[in-house]
Amino acid sequence: MKLTKRFFLGMAAGTALATLPIAALAQDWQPKRPIDFTIMAGPGGGADQIARFVQSVVEANDMTNRPLIPTNRGGGSGAESLLHLKDARDPDHTLMVTLNSFYTTPIRQEGLGVDVEAFTPITMMGVDPFVLWVHKDSGITTFEDYIAKVKEMDGEYVMGGTGTGQEDSIVIAYMSGAYDLKIKYIPYDGGGAVAKDLAGQQIMATVNNPAEAKGFYEAGEFVPLLAFSDERMDAYPDVPTMKEKGHDFSYYNQRAIVGAPGMSDEAAAYYRDVFGKVYEGADWQEYLASESLSPLPMDEAQTRAYWATQVANHRKLLSEIGG
Amino acid sequence: MEALSFLADGVLVALEPLNLVLILIGVTVGLFIGAMPGLGSVNGVAILLPITFLVPPGSAIIFLAAIYYGAMYGGAISSVTMGIPGASTAVATTFDGRPLALQGRASLALVTAAIASFVGGTVANVLFTLFAPLLATMALSFGPPEIFALMLLAFATFVGLGGDDIPKTIFSICLGLVLATVGFDTISGEPRLVLFEIDGFLRGIGFIVLAIGVYGIGEMLWTIEQTRGEVTTTNPKMTFKGMVADTKEAVRRGWKGTWIGSILGFFVGVLPAAGATPGSLMSYGVAKMVSKNPEEYGKGTPDGVAAPEAANNSASTGSMLPMLTLGIPGSPTTAILLGGMVIWGLTPGPRLFVDQSEFVWGLIGSFYISNIAALLINLAFIPLFVWMLRMPFTILAPLIFVLSIVGGFAASRSMHDLWLIVIFGLAAFFLRKFDYPLAPAVLAIVLGPIAEPTMRQSLLLSSGDPTIFFTRPIAGPITVVAIILILLPAIKLLRRKRSERAA
Repeated sequence: MKLTKRFFLGMAAGTALATLPIAALAQDWQPKRPIDFTIMAGPGGGADQIARFVQSVVEANDMTNRPLIPTNRGGGSGAESLLHLKDARDPDHTLMVTLNSFYTTPIRQEGLGVDVEAFTPITMMGVDPFVLWVHKDSGITTFEDYIAKVKEMDGEYVMGGTGTGQEDSIVIAYMSGAYDLKIKYIPYDGGGAVAKDLAGQQIMATVNNPAEAKGFYEAGEFVPLLAFSDERMDAYPDVPTMKEKGHDFSYYNQRAIVGAPGMSDEAAAYYRDVFGKVYEGADWQEYLASESLSPLPMDEAQTRAYWATQVANHRKLLSEIGG
Repeated sequence: MEALSFLADGVLVALEPLNLVLILIGVTVGLFIGAMPGLGSVNGVAILLPITFLVPPGSAIIFLAAIYYGAMYGGAISSVTMGIPGASTAVATTFDGRPLALQGRASLALVTAAIASFVGGTVANVLFTLFAPLLATMALSFGPPEIFALMLLAFATFVGLGGDDIPKTIFSICLGLVLATVGFDTISGEPRLVLFEIDGFLRGIGFIVLAIGVYGIGEMLWTIEQTRGEVTTTNPKMTFKGMVADTKEAVRRGWKGTWIGSILGFFVGVLPAAGATPGSLMSYGVAKMVSKNPEEYGKGTPDGVAAPEAANNSASTGSMLPMLTLGIPGSPTTAILLGGMVIWGLTPGPRLFVDQSEFVWGLIGSFYISNIAALLINLAFIPLFVWMLRMPFTILAPLIFVLSIVGGFAASRSMHDLWLIVIFGLAAFFLRKFDYPLAPAVLAIVLGPIAEPTMRQSLLLSSGDPTIFFTRPIAGPITVVAIILILLPAIKLLRRKRSERAA
């Protein structure tokens, strides 16, 4: 199971030149009305932060002639957003900021009839790795301690997360399978609530994106044990990865901007140009570094291929955990 | 006192010309956004977030906090003048504010709301200044069982709200709880009660949709039917003298509710799961419970306006606390503020008070200034809002209808919600004709989405053992008090019956 990104990084460099003519085309099409900027999650979470950051950069530099209107449509693990895009009456003015429920929700809710591969790739803003955290008062300092503790508690070890079938539950399910762990999993309705209850020691460990645990880590409250990234993370150089432990597994949250299905090529080219400039700008590059996101630039064809592998991978992961 | 010297510096920061101008603009804008039915502080802060990048982060958050404050004051305005809650935090304000307005005492209700808001905000600011780190620790000790116990307590305070007809009150609570389960379930991740397979229900039923339906459309239909359009909102001319008299009366008849709301609202606001809406509803329930004249509630008592208004301001300051100290938002609005802070390059969390103390204390200082500014601006606008009420009902009724529809649409931009508003309005009208109390249903749809997941999380923690609600040191006493309060009316009823039989 390898949700690789290095392969695509290589390809991205090779095809950078090919995207230039499309950028030139962008001048021909301009938005005619305010742009619907749908956010696949509620206010305050990672996707919301990113959407509002991107909007502010676009706004501050006057990069579009019509404003982006961010709207949180987080209902039903993002089902609300997916349906909103699928049924968009004006696909040329409808964009969405995603996380991985982009893949998992359509698989888990087949009744929605959403095929994400029909959506229009715009810009991959980065991917967000997952890290295993415990509270400092637990006395656990290494992944091996953690495994020993979970085994010792035999089914009474409590972890919190954002719900069965959500990103962190997939990671926890993989980890439990690989080490034969019995974990009591408590679902919450957001990463912030999970972090708060780890800080209050209502739960014993979490798997969370660094952005949501950063404040407590810097205050010395949280201890990172293991990263689910391909390589050690710059912000946590002493934290080993799952791969180092001999398991070929990594998992990232996708932070991308996508367009509604049926968006015209001209409109898509325009948005790729706008958000490509945001991506390359100093503001976004600083944000990537401070929030420990990994860059993963891709063009349209690469994104489509990436989506196809991700959908297949998630289908496999979800069927394994029975979610 | 170290905190006081930091605070003095903070107030000086807030009084810098740029910040002061931003506070005045923010409070005024917030006042009008809050007064617009459907639009609340969340929308105001979200809409204006991008323009804050033009000023330094310290000034930006002061501006947004001023909007937040202004909106909390403004929410009361449409609750009183039109009977539609201007924001979800002001629902409880309609319970007594609207009857007061119908008695021609709109200015008394609005003055009470303004003064209670000011006291609530100020009490919260003082508690915040003195005890911030301690309170943050307290917030952390509230896990799922404690939050559930608190929600149980909130329900308990409201059992008496529906009047004497306990079966109808219970029916109303259950109706609200059922509506609250519509949509995706956090715990299992499965959709529930997606009625007629309409996709719009996947999102669940928004509280504001129900509130606008019940109080906007339903109330308007009710008024038309009751009065055949001959509404007499006898309004004495607004004079300065009249306002001074109202102020005196507001203080005399509203001080109790104000204190209850200020203290209770703050503590509920500090808990990240709760926020200002449950805080204001609970304060109303408690104020009624401890009142010597509970029968006056719902018919127009200043205490009934003061309690929720003091609470929503106090809770909005309270919900800043977990945001700043823990990086966890206490309400949807603080969630957006939190996003803003990250964008400005600040990391909210335990280190913020140390690393960015100037920023934090500037913000706290601005709370004090915003509060004073909001009080003065609000008082200045009251004659304008009261004047609106002097419009003939034939103009006011369509205006309320239009505002309900526009406000309902603005919040979510979905037609589905508009149909729901109309359906809820009609349903509320008929339920009211059959004497069903509606406030318990509204309470249930606010508290249900907090109570249900926390109960299930607690039972997951304890492997299904319900004693978890009794054995934990904080949850235990709260649960016991809640159960006693729920049983109290039943015991009273039994006693009365027994004494009747004996006689």
